[in-house]
Amino acid sequence: MDIKTESKIRIKGYQDGLIITSNHQEWKDCQEEIISQICEKENFFRGGKITLDLGNLTVHAAEMGSMRDKLSDKGVTLWSVISNSPTTIKTAQMLGLDTPIYPGKSNLRDRQPSVSAIGDSALLIQRTLRSGISIQSEDSIIVLGDVNPGAELLSGKSILVWGRLRGAVQAGLSGETESVICAMVFTPTLLRIGEAVADIPAKMKKSKPYKAMLKDGVIHFEPWD
Amino acid sequence: MTGIVATISSGKGGVGKSTTTANLGIALASLGKKVVCIDSDIGLRNLDVVLGLENRIVYDLVDVIEGRCRLQQAMIRDKRQPELSLIPAAQTRDKSAVSPADMIRICDQLKEEMDWILIDSPAGIERGFRNALAPADLILVVTNPEVSAVRDADRVIGLVESEQKGPAKLIINRLNSALVKRGDMLNAEDVQDLLAIELIGIVPEDELVLISTNRGQPVVLDQKSDAGLAFMNIARRLNGEEVPFMRLDGKKDLFSSITNLLRFGGK
Repeated sequence: MDIKTESKIRIKGYQDGLIITSNHQEWKDCQEEIISQICEKENFFRGGKITLDLGNLTVHAAEMGSMRDKLSDKGVTLWSVISNSPTTIKTAQMLGLDTPIYPGKSNLRDRQPSVSAIGDSALLIQRTLRSGISIQSEDSIIVLGDVNPGAELLSGKSILVWGRLRGAVQAGLSGETESVICAMVFTPTLLRIGEAVADIPAKMKKSKPYKAMLKDGVIHFEPWD
Repeated sequence: MTGIVATISSGKGGVGKSTTTANLGIALASLGKKVVCIDSDIGLRNLDVVLGLENRIVYDLVDVIEGRCRLQQAMIRDKRQPELSLIPAAQTRDKSAVSPADMIRICDQLKEEMDWILIDSPAGIERGFRNALAPADLILVVTNPEVSAVRDADRVIGLVESEQKGPAKLIINRLNSALVKRGDMLNAEDVQDLLAIELIGIVPEDELVLISTNRGQPVVLDQKSDAGLAFMNIARRLNGEEVPFMRLDGKKDLFSSITNLLRFGGK
Protein backbone atom coordinates (compact mmCIF):
# COMPACT_ATOMS: atom_id res chain seq x y z
CA MET A 1 0.00 0.00 0.00
CA ASP A 2 1.35 3.41 -0.89
CA ILE A 3 -0.24 6.65 0.11
CA LYS A 4 1.21 9.47 -1.94
CA THR A 5 0.45 13.06 -1.30
CA GLU A 6 1.80 16.15 -2.98
CA SER A 7 3.52 16.94 0.28
CA LYS A 8 7.05 16.46 1.50
CA ILE A 9 6.29 13.33 3.49
CA ARG A 10 5.74 9.85 2.12
CA ILE A 11 3.94 7.16 4.03
CA LYS A 12 4.58 3.55 3.16
CA GLY A 13 3.48 0.32 4.73
CA TYR A 14 5.83 -2.58 5.43
CA GLN A 15 5.55 -5.77 7.39
CA ASP A 16 6.08 -4.29 10.86
CA GLY A 17 4.18 -1.05 10.45
CA LEU A 18 4.53 2.24 8.59
CA ILE A 19 7.53 4.20 7.41
CA ILE A 20 7.11 7.95 7.15
CA THR A 21 9.84 9.51 5.04
CA SER A 22 10.27 13.25 5.32
CA ASN A 23 12.00 15.65 2.94
CA HIS A 24 11.42 18.64 5.15
CA GLN A 25 14.31 20.94 5.98
CA GLU A 26 12.69 22.13 9.20
CA TRP A 27 11.63 19.85 12.01
CA LYS A 28 8.66 22.09 12.85
CA ASP A 29 7.18 21.75 9.34
CA CYS A 30 7.88 18.04 9.33
CA GLN A 31 6.16 17.53 12.66
CA GLU A 32 3.17 19.66 11.69
CA GLU A 33 2.63 17.80 8.45
CA ILE A 34 2.90 14.35 10.01
CA ILE A 35 0.50 15.24 12.79
CA SER A 36 -2.01 16.76 10.37
CA GLN A 37 -1.80 13.67 8.13
CA ILE A 38 -2.48 11.47 11.13
CA CYS A 39 -5.36 13.65 12.30
CA GLU A 40 -6.93 13.38 8.83
CA LYS A 41 -6.80 9.60 8.74
CA GLU A 42 -7.06 8.79 12.40
CA ASN A 43 -8.69 5.40 11.97
CA PHE A 44 -6.06 4.27 9.51
CA PHE A 45 -3.18 5.16 11.83
CA ARG A 46 -4.65 4.12 15.17
CA GLY A 47 -2.66 1.33 16.83
CA GLY A 48 0.08 1.66 14.21
CA LYS A 49 3.81 1.38 14.72
CA ILE A 50 5.76 4.09 12.97
CA THR A 51 9.31 4.39 11.72
CA LEU A 52 10.40 7.93 10.92
CA ASP A 53 12.97 8.42 8.17
CA LEU A 54 14.18 11.96 8.79
CA GLY A 55 17.03 12.25 6.29
CA ASN A 56 19.45 14.96 7.37
CA LEU A 57 17.18 16.67 9.90
CA THR A 58 18.73 17.31 13.31
CA VAL A 59 16.21 16.68 16.05
CA HIS A 60 16.78 17.22 19.76
CA ALA A 61 15.38 15.14 22.58
CA ALA A 62 12.67 17.54 23.70
CA GLU A 63 11.37 17.87 20.15
CA MET A 64 11.32 14.18 19.45
CA GLY A 65 9.90 13.45 22.89
CA SER A 66 7.01 15.84 22.26
CA MET A 67 6.46 14.20 18.85
CA ARG A 68 6.31 10.79 20.49
CA ASP A 69 3.79 12.09 23.04
CA LYS A 70 1.63 13.69 20.36
CA LEU A 71 1.65 10.46 18.36
CA SER A 72 0.76 8.39 21.38
CA ASP A 73 -2.19 10.74 22.02
CA LYS A 74 -3.42 9.60 18.60
CA GLY A 75 -2.85 5.96 19.50
CA VAL A 76 0.24 5.72 17.31
CA THR A 77 3.54 4.32 18.57
CA LEU A 78 6.78 5.94 17.44
CA TRP A 79 8.94 2.88 17.25
CA SER A 80 12.12 3.68 15.41
CA VAL A 81 14.00 6.48 13.68
CA ILE A 82 16.22 6.41 10.63
CA SER A 83 18.50 9.38 10.14
CA ASN A 84 21.78 10.54 8.68
CA SER A 85 22.31 12.95 11.57
CA PRO A 86 24.32 11.56 14.49
CA THR A 87 22.49 13.97 16.84
CA THR A 88 19.11 12.64 15.77
CA ILE A 89 20.29 9.06 16.19
CA LYS A 90 21.60 9.87 19.67
CA THR A 91 18.31 11.57 20.53
CA ALA A 92 16.32 8.56 19.37
CA GLN A 93 18.48 6.18 21.36
CA MET A 94 18.10 8.33 24.43
CA LEU A 95 14.34 8.09 24.12
CA GLY A 96 14.66 4.32 23.83
CA LEU A 97 13.71 4.22 20.16
CA ASP A 98 15.13 1.70 17.75
CA THR A 99 17.63 3.14 15.29
CA PRO A 100 18.04 0.65 12.47
CA ILE A 101 20.98 1.18 10.14
CA TYR A 102 19.53 1.87 6.76
CA PRO A 103 22.17 2.00 4.09
CA GLY A 104 20.96 3.60 0.88
CA LYS A 105 17.30 3.01 0.25
CA SER A 106 17.21 -0.76 0.53
CA ASN A 107 14.20 -2.51 1.99
CA LEU A 108 13.96 -2.53 5.74
CA ARG A 109 13.04 -6.22 5.57
CA ASP A 110 16.59 -7.07 4.53
CA ARG A 111 17.93 -5.84 7.82
CA GLN A 112 19.41 -8.52 10.01
CA PRO A 113 18.91 -8.11 13.75
CA SER A 114 22.12 -7.44 15.61
CA VAL A 115 23.17 -10.60 17.42
CA SER A 116 25.00 -10.68 20.72
CA ALA A 117 27.08 -13.48 22.16
CA ILE A 118 24.17 -15.08 24.00
CA GLY A 119 22.01 -15.14 20.91
CA ASP A 120 19.70 -12.27 21.83
CA SER A 121 19.83 -8.77 20.52
CA ALA A 122 20.26 -5.99 23.05
CA LEU A 123 20.04 -2.22 23.18
CA LEU A 124 23.42 -0.78 24.16
CA ILE A 125 23.44 2.63 25.87
CA GLN A 126 26.83 4.17 26.47
CA ARG A 127 25.98 7.08 28.73
CA THR A 128 24.63 7.96 32.14
CA LEU A 129 20.84 8.17 32.23
CA ARG A 130 19.69 11.20 34.17
CA SER A 131 16.35 11.88 35.83
CA GLY A 132 13.42 12.05 33.42
CA ILE A 133 14.87 9.70 30.80
CA SER A 134 12.89 6.58 29.96
CA ILE A 135 14.39 3.79 27.87
CA GLN A 136 12.05 1.13 26.55
CA SER A 137 13.03 -1.88 24.52
CA GLU A 138 11.57 -5.26 23.72
CA ASP A 139 15.13 -6.59 23.82
CA SER A 140 17.58 -6.65 26.67
CA ILE A 141 19.12 -3.33 27.70
CA ILE A 142 22.80 -2.85 28.53
CA VAL A 143 23.87 0.46 30.08
CA LEU A 144 27.52 1.44 30.27
CA GLY A 145 27.06 4.25 32.79
CA ASP A 146 24.84 5.09 35.75
CA VAL A 147 21.06 5.03 35.98
CA ASN A 148 20.19 7.99 38.21
CA PRO A 149 17.10 8.34 40.41
CA GLY A 150 14.17 9.48 38.30
CA ALA A 151 15.33 7.58 35.19
CA GLU A 152 13.59 4.36 34.17
CA LEU A 153 14.44 1.30 32.10
CA LEU A 154 11.71 -0.98 30.72
CA SER A 155 12.87 -4.13 28.99
CA GLY A 156 11.13 -7.15 27.53
CA LYS A 157 14.09 -9.24 28.63
CA SER A 158 17.11 -8.57 30.85
CA ILE A 159 18.78 -5.41 32.09
CA LEU A 160 22.48 -5.04 32.80
CA VAL A 161 23.91 -1.84 34.25
CA TRP A 162 27.66 -1.50 34.16
CA GLY A 163 27.55 1.33 36.68
CA ARG A 164 25.35 2.48 39.55
CA LEU A 165 21.70 1.55 39.39
CA ARG A 166 19.65 4.09 41.35
CA GLY A 167 16.58 4.55 39.16
CA ALA A 168 13.54 2.38 38.37
CA VAL A 169 14.01 -0.84 36.41
CA GLN A 170 11.48 -3.28 35.02
CA ALA A 171 12.65 -6.39 33.20
CA GLY A 172 10.92 -9.43 31.70
CA LEU A 173 7.91 -7.39 30.54
CA SER A 174 7.44 -9.73 27.58
CA GLY A 175 6.81 -12.53 30.05
CA GLU A 176 10.29 -13.98 29.88
CA THR A 177 10.84 -15.56 33.31
CA GLU A 178 14.56 -16.10 32.70
CA SER A 179 15.14 -12.34 32.72
CA VAL A 180 17.70 -10.95 35.16
CA ILE A 181 18.72 -7.50 36.36
CA CYS A 182 22.37 -6.92 37.22
CA ALA A 183 24.23 -3.81 38.34
CA MET A 184 27.59 -2.87 39.81
CA VAL A 185 25.96 -0.81 42.56
CA PHE A 186 22.50 -2.04 43.28
CA THR A 187 20.15 0.55 44.83
CA PRO A 188 17.14 0.85 42.50
CA THR A 189 14.11 2.91 43.58
CA LEU A 190 11.88 0.27 41.98
CA LEU A 191 12.68 -3.18 40.65
CA ARG A 192 10.30 -5.47 38.79
CA ILE A 193 10.77 -8.68 36.88
CA GLY A 194 7.62 -9.70 35.02
CA GLU A 195 4.75 -9.37 37.46
CA ALA A 196 6.89 -9.53 40.59
CA VAL A 197 7.93 -6.39 42.45
CA ALA A 198 11.04 -6.65 44.59
CA ASP A 199 11.39 -5.82 48.22
CA ILE A 200 14.96 -4.66 48.35
CA PRO A 201 16.55 -5.78 51.61
CA ALA A 202 18.14 -2.90 53.47
CA LYS A 203 21.04 -5.07 54.47
CA MET A 204 22.21 -5.47 50.88
CA LYS A 205 25.60 -3.86 50.67
CA LYS A 206 25.32 -0.86 48.42
CA SER A 207 28.81 -1.03 47.05
CA LYS A 208 28.65 -4.63 45.84
CA PRO A 209 27.43 -5.86 42.47
CA TYR A 210 24.17 -7.81 42.65
CA LYS A 211 22.01 -9.82 40.33
CA ALA A 212 18.24 -10.14 40.68
CA MET A 213 16.27 -13.05 39.20
CA LEU A 214 12.93 -14.79 39.51
CA LYS A 215 12.60 -18.00 41.51
CA ASP A 216 9.05 -19.40 41.78
CA GLY A 217 7.56 -16.00 41.07
CA VAL A 218 9.59 -14.24 43.77
CA ILE A 219 12.60 -12.02 43.15
CA HIS A 220 15.86 -13.25 44.66
CA PHE A 221 19.16 -11.44 44.91
CA GLU A 222 22.62 -12.86 44.78
CA PRO A 223 26.06 -11.30 44.64
CA TRP A 224 27.11 -10.83 41.04
CA ASP A 225 30.71 -11.81 40.56
CA MET B 1 34.18 42.58 23.37
CA THR B 2 32.53 39.18 23.43
CA GLY B 3 30.68 38.53 26.64
CA ILE B 4 29.77 35.17 28.12
CA VAL B 5 26.14 34.27 28.66
CA ALA B 6 25.71 32.27 31.87
CA THR B 7 22.26 30.91 32.68
CA ILE B 8 21.49 30.18 36.31
CA SER B 9 19.04 27.30 36.54
CA SER B 10 17.88 24.59 38.92
CA GLY B 11 14.63 22.89 37.94
CA LYS B 12 13.28 23.09 41.46
CA GLY B 13 12.10 26.41 42.84
CA GLY B 14 13.41 28.07 45.97
CA VAL B 15 16.95 26.75 45.86
CA GLY B 16 18.51 30.19 45.42
CA LYS B 17 18.68 30.97 41.69
CA SER B 18 17.83 34.66 42.05
CA THR B 19 20.04 35.04 45.12
CA THR B 20 22.91 33.43 43.21
CA THR B 21 22.34 35.60 40.14
CA ALA B 22 22.22 38.80 42.19
CA ASN B 23 25.31 37.96 44.22
CA LEU B 24 27.37 36.78 41.26
CA GLY B 25 26.34 39.92 39.37
CA ILE B 26 27.56 42.20 42.15
CA ALA B 27 30.69 40.11 42.74
CA LEU B 28 31.69 40.10 39.06
CA ALA B 29 31.05 43.84 38.81
CA SER B 30 33.21 44.47 41.90
CA LEU B 31 35.99 42.58 40.09
CA GLY B 32 35.77 45.24 37.39
CA LYS B 33 33.69 43.32 34.87
CA LYS B 34 30.78 44.78 32.95
CA VAL B 35 27.78 42.69 33.95
CA VAL B 36 24.11 42.62 33.06
CA CYS B 37 21.60 40.42 34.89
CA ILE B 38 18.46 39.43 33.00
CA ASP B 39 15.39 38.26 34.89
CA SER B 40 13.72 35.79 32.53
CA ASP B 41 10.98 34.80 34.98
CA ILE B 42 8.25 36.70 33.10
CA GLY B 43 5.17 37.08 35.29
CA LEU B 44 7.00 36.30 38.53
CA ARG B 45 9.76 38.82 38.60
CA ASN B 46 11.86 39.12 41.72
CA LEU B 47 15.48 39.66 40.78
CA ASP B 48 14.81 43.41 40.96
CA VAL B 49 13.72 43.01 44.59
CA VAL B 50 16.75 40.93 45.54
CA LEU B 51 19.00 43.56 43.97
CA GLY B 52 17.05 46.40 45.60
CA LEU B 53 16.25 48.02 42.24
CA GLU B 54 12.51 47.49 42.35
CA ASN B 55 11.41 51.09 42.35
CA ARG B 56 13.61 52.12 39.43
CA ILE B 57 11.91 49.98 36.80
CA VAL B 58 10.54 51.89 33.83
CA TYR B 59 10.89 49.42 30.97
CA ASP B 60 11.30 45.63 31.07
CA LEU B 61 12.44 42.71 28.93
CA VAL B 62 9.10 42.36 27.13
CA ASP B 63 9.12 46.08 26.26
CA VAL B 64 12.48 45.57 24.56
CA ILE B 65 11.28 42.48 22.67
CA GLU B 66 8.10 44.15 21.51
CA GLY B 67 9.98 47.27 20.45
CA ARG B 68 8.53 49.76 22.94
CA CYS B 69 11.99 50.83 24.05
CA ARG B 70 15.63 50.43 23.18
CA LEU B 71 17.71 47.82 24.98
CA GLN B 72 19.71 50.56 26.77
CA GLN B 73 16.52 52.09 28.19
CA ALA B 74 15.54 48.85 29.93
CA MET B 75 18.95 48.45 31.58
CA ILE B 76 18.83 49.70 35.17
CA ARG B 77 22.25 50.68 36.41
CA ASP B 78 23.11 49.66 39.97
CA LYS B 79 24.28 52.66 42.01
CA ARG B 80 26.48 50.55 44.31
CA GLN B 81 28.25 48.85 41.41
CA PRO B 82 28.12 51.06 38.31
CA GLU B 83 29.40 48.19 36.16
CA LEU B 84 26.25 46.19 36.98
CA SER B 85 22.88 46.61 35.35
CA LEU B 86 19.60 44.72 35.38
CA ILE B 87 17.01 44.01 32.72
CA PRO B 88 13.88 43.21 34.74
CA ALA B 89 11.12 40.80 33.75
CA ALA B 90 7.60 41.95 32.94
CA GLN B 91 5.22 41.27 35.79
CA THR B 92 1.95 41.55 33.89
CA ARG B 93 2.72 39.08 31.10
CA ASP B 94 3.61 35.39 30.91
CA LYS B 95 6.35 33.21 29.48
CA SER B 96 4.83 33.12 25.99
CA ALA B 97 5.70 36.81 25.57
CA VAL B 98 9.33 35.77 25.00
CA SER B 99 10.74 33.20 22.58
CA PRO B 100 14.15 31.48 22.58
CA ALA B 101 14.99 33.43 19.40
CA ASP B 102 14.23 36.74 21.18
CA MET B 103 16.63 35.80 23.97
CA ILE B 104 19.38 34.87 21.52
CA ARG B 105 18.91 38.16 19.66
CA ILE B 106 19.07 40.27 22.84
CA CYS B 107 22.08 38.40 24.20
CA ASP B 108 23.96 38.74 20.90
CA GLN B 109 23.45 42.49 21.18
CA LEU B 110 24.56 42.59 24.84
CA LYS B 111 27.62 40.45 24.19
CA GLU B 112 29.17 43.28 22.22
CA GLU B 113 29.45 45.57 25.24
CA MET B 114 29.34 43.29 28.27
CA ASP B 115 31.75 40.78 29.86
CA TRP B 116 29.04 38.76 31.55
CA ILE B 117 25.35 38.29 30.85
CA LEU B 118 23.73 36.43 33.74
CA ILE B 119 20.26 35.03 33.05
CA ASP B 120 18.11 34.14 36.03
CA SER B 121 16.02 31.20 34.81
CA PRO B 122 12.54 30.48 36.15
CA ALA B 123 11.91 27.21 38.00
CA GLY B 124 10.61 24.32 35.92
CA ILE B 125 11.65 22.91 32.57
CA GLU B 126 9.00 24.51 30.35
CA ARG B 127 9.00 27.51 28.04
CA GLY B 128 10.66 29.90 30.48
CA PHE B 129 13.54 27.50 31.05
CA ARG B 130 13.98 27.00 27.30
CA ASN B 131 14.07 30.77 26.80
CA ALA B 132 16.81 31.07 29.41
CA LEU B 133 18.76 28.11 28.03
CA ALA B 134 18.71 29.13 24.35
CA PRO B 135 21.41 31.84 24.44
CA ALA B 136 23.57 30.22 27.15
CA ASP B 137 27.31 29.61 26.75
CA LEU B 138 27.52 28.26 30.28
CA ILE B 139 24.89 26.87 32.63
CA LEU B 140 25.26 27.24 36.37
CA VAL B 141 23.08 24.60 37.99
CA VAL B 142 22.13 25.59 41.53
CA THR B 143 21.01 22.86 43.90
CA ASN B 144 20.54 22.33 47.63
CA PRO B 145 21.93 19.29 49.42
CA GLU B 146 18.54 17.59 49.53
CA VAL B 147 17.23 14.67 47.50
CA SER B 148 14.41 16.47 45.65
CA ALA B 149 16.55 19.43 44.56
CA VAL B 150 19.35 17.12 43.40
CA ARG B 151 16.95 15.04 41.33
CA ASP B 152 15.57 18.13 39.60
CA ALA B 153 19.11 19.37 38.98
CA ASP B 154 19.87 16.00 37.38
CA ARG B 155 16.89 16.45 35.06
CA VAL B 156 18.04 19.94 34.11
CA ILE B 157 21.57 18.71 33.38
CA GLY B 158 20.07 15.95 31.21
CA LEU B 159 18.10 18.55 29.22
CA VAL B 160 21.16 20.78 28.89
CA GLU B 161 23.13 17.83 27.55
CA SER B 162 20.44 16.78 25.11
CA GLU B 163 20.23 20.34 23.75
CA GLN B 164 24.01 20.16 23.41
CA LYS B 165 24.42 23.28 25.50
CA GLY B 166 26.95 23.72 28.20
CA PRO B 167 29.23 23.19 29.90
CA ALA B 168 27.03 22.89 32.99
CA LYS B 169 28.72 23.71 36.30
CA LEU B 170 27.38 22.99 39.75
CA ILE B 171 26.74 25.33 42.68
CA ILE B 172 25.67 23.66 45.92
CA ASN B 173 23.75 26.24 47.92
CA ARG B 174 22.72 26.25 51.61
CA LEU B 175 25.04 23.53 52.83
CA ASN B 176 24.73 23.22 56.59
CA SER B 177 27.99 21.76 57.85
CA ALA B 178 26.55 20.91 61.28
CA LEU B 179 23.80 18.80 59.71
CA VAL B 180 26.27 17.15 57.35
CA LYS B 181 28.51 16.27 60.29
CA ARG B 182 25.59 14.64 62.08
CA GLY B 183 24.79 12.68 58.92
CA ASP B 184 21.44 14.44 58.50
CA MET B 185 22.24 16.16 55.22
CA LEU B 186 23.76 15.03 51.94
CA ASN B 187 27.35 16.18 51.75
CA ALA B 188 28.94 17.86 48.77
CA GLU B 189 30.59 14.62 47.63
CA ASP B 190 27.22 12.78 47.56
CA VAL B 191 25.71 15.50 45.40
CA GLN B 192 28.63 15.74 43.06
CA ASP B 193 28.88 11.97 42.81
CA LEU B 194 25.34 11.76 41.47
CA LEU B 195 25.34 14.80 39.20
CA ALA B 196 28.84 14.18 37.84
CA ILE B 197 29.54 17.71 36.58
CA GLU B 198 32.23 20.17 37.58
CA LEU B 199 31.66 21.84 40.96
CA ILE B 200 32.26 25.58 40.87
CA GLY B 201 31.17 26.51 44.38
CA ILE B 202 29.68 25.50 47.69
CA VAL B 203 27.70 28.17 49.53
CA PRO B 204 27.14 27.56 53.23
CA GLU B 205 23.77 28.13 54.87
CA ASP B 206 23.86 31.62 56.31
CA GLU B 207 20.99 33.56 57.82
CA LEU B 208 22.58 36.78 56.62
CA VAL B 209 21.44 35.76 53.12
CA LEU B 210 17.78 35.96 54.10
CA ILE B 211 18.25 39.25 55.94
CA SER B 212 20.16 40.83 53.08
CA THR B 213 17.69 39.58 50.46
CA ASN B 214 14.82 41.22 52.26
CA ARG B 215 16.78 44.47 52.38
CA GLY B 216 17.71 44.31 48.70
CA GLN B 217 21.38 44.33 49.66
CA PRO B 218 22.93 41.12 48.29
CA VAL B 219 24.99 39.28 50.89
CA VAL B 220 28.20 39.52 48.88
CA LEU B 221 28.31 43.18 49.97
CA ASP B 222 28.50 42.01 53.59
CA GLN B 223 32.11 41.29 54.47
CA LYS B 224 31.22 39.26 57.54
CA SER B 225 29.18 36.67 55.67
CA ASP B 226 30.56 33.23 54.77
CA ALA B 227 27.95 32.89 52.05
CA GLY B 228 29.03 36.24 50.64
CA LEU B 229 32.63 35.07 50.53
CA ALA B 230 31.54 31.84 48.82
CA PHE B 231 29.72 33.83 46.10
CA MET B 232 32.77 36.04 45.65
CA ASN B 233 34.93 32.93 45.23
CA ILE B 234 32.57 31.58 42.55
CA ALA B 235 32.79 34.90 40.69
CA ARG B 236 36.58 34.70 40.78
CA ARG B 237 36.51 31.12 39.52
CA LEU B 238 34.23 32.24 36.68
CA ASN B 239 36.91 34.78 35.83
CA GLY B 240 39.44 32.00 35.50
CA GLU B 241 41.17 32.39 38.86
CA GLU B 242 42.18 29.33 40.86
CA VAL B 243 40.47 29.74 44.21
CA PRO B 244 40.63 26.90 46.74
CA PHE B 245 37.33 25.76 48.23
CA MET B 246 36.40 27.19 51.63
CA ARG B 247 36.57 25.10 54.76
CA LEU B 248 33.04 24.54 55.89
CA ASP B 249 33.68 23.21 59.36
CA GLY B 250 33.21 26.59 61.01
CA LYS B 251 36.91 27.31 61.40
CA LYS B 252 38.35 29.87 59.09
CA ASP B 253 41.70 29.05 57.58
CA LEU B 254 44.35 31.65 57.04
CA PHE B 255 43.59 31.97 53.34
CA SER B 256 39.94 32.83 53.70
CA SER B 257 40.70 35.30 56.48
CA ILE B 258 43.08 37.10 54.19
CA THR B 259 40.77 37.10 51.18
CA ASN B 260 38.01 38.27 53.44
CA LEU B 261 40.11 41.29 54.32
CA LEU B 262 41.18 41.94 50.77
CA ARG B 263 38.18 41.12 48.76
CA PHE B 264 36.84 44.58 48.22
CA GLY B 265 40.33 45.98 47.97
CA GLY B 266 39.87 47.69 51.33
CA LYS B 267 36.65 49.36 50.25
